[in-house]
Amino acid sequence: MAEAKGPAARPLSPHLRIYRLTLTMLMSIVHRITGIALYVGTLLLAWWLLAAASGPNAYATFQAVASSFIGRVVLFGYTWALVHHMLGGIRHLIWDSGHGLGLAEAEWLARANLVGSIALTILLWFVGGFLMGGLR
Amino acid sequence: MTMPGMHGSDMRTPDMRTPLGRVRGYGAAKSGTGHFIAQRLTALANIPLTIAAVLIVISLIGHNHAAVVQILGSSPVAIIMLLFILSATYHMKIGMQVIIEDYVHDDAAKYALLIFNIFFAAVVGFSSIYALLKLSFGV
Repeated sequence: MAEAKGPAARPLSPHLRIYRLTLTMLMSIVHRITGIALYVGTLLLAWWLLAAASGPNAYATFQAVASSFIGRVVLFGYTWALVHHMLGGIRHLIWDSGHGLGLAEAEWLARANLVGSIALTILLWFVGGFLMGGLR
Repeated sequence: MTMPGMHGSDMRTPDMRTPLGRVRGYGAAKSGTGHFIAQRLTALANIPLTIAAVLIVISLIGHNHAAVVQILGSSPVAIIMLLFILSATYHMKIGMQVIIEDYVHDDAAKYALLIFNIFFAAVVGFSSIYALLKLSFGV
């Protein structure tokens, strides 16, 4: 019978090469990618909290980095990843309840996810940037 | 032991295992329901907690350090942030675990990454909780 150690070289069923790329497929992998991005970005959250707990100098350093151009780009991207992943998660919870599994419904949910995440990110940054003076 | 004239893999060192011993560990995992439920539960909790945390962060933009300390150290804000950290770090730990199990099949790399995942979530979670507690009770 089979030997114990090492992965045997088995044939792999084709996937990406044979299926037409649909929006729902794309949204699925983007859900995973945004999850990974959020995972890495929790380092920023921990840094912010630790800086606040450490003292004014540490906090000032964080503020300087966060309000730099690169810092703002990262925070904007993180905001979009967060909103997009959350709306995607709601999509999954809707599916878990048994609803929205039809083709048209799933397409609609995928579109709503994308449109919603872009709109909410812009809204949050509008509120934070202009109303709260964050972009001053 | 190999003898001249004998061919085939079963003529090398014989595998002493029984048929049952050879197949143990393969097949369906038969566990994982707990993680499935926990992922949905933390996802559900994350919806209000993340919205609250984002609103807290936005409300602290541009404020000076003293104001940030006072707000983050206040009871309702600290409690919300602590719950958010707990739910989000556990959610990200089990989420990343699935990703690693999906793509990494080399045993050494897989186990190393799975262990790193647990440590990463623990360090990020614990550091954040420590900072919040320090802001609430510390000097």
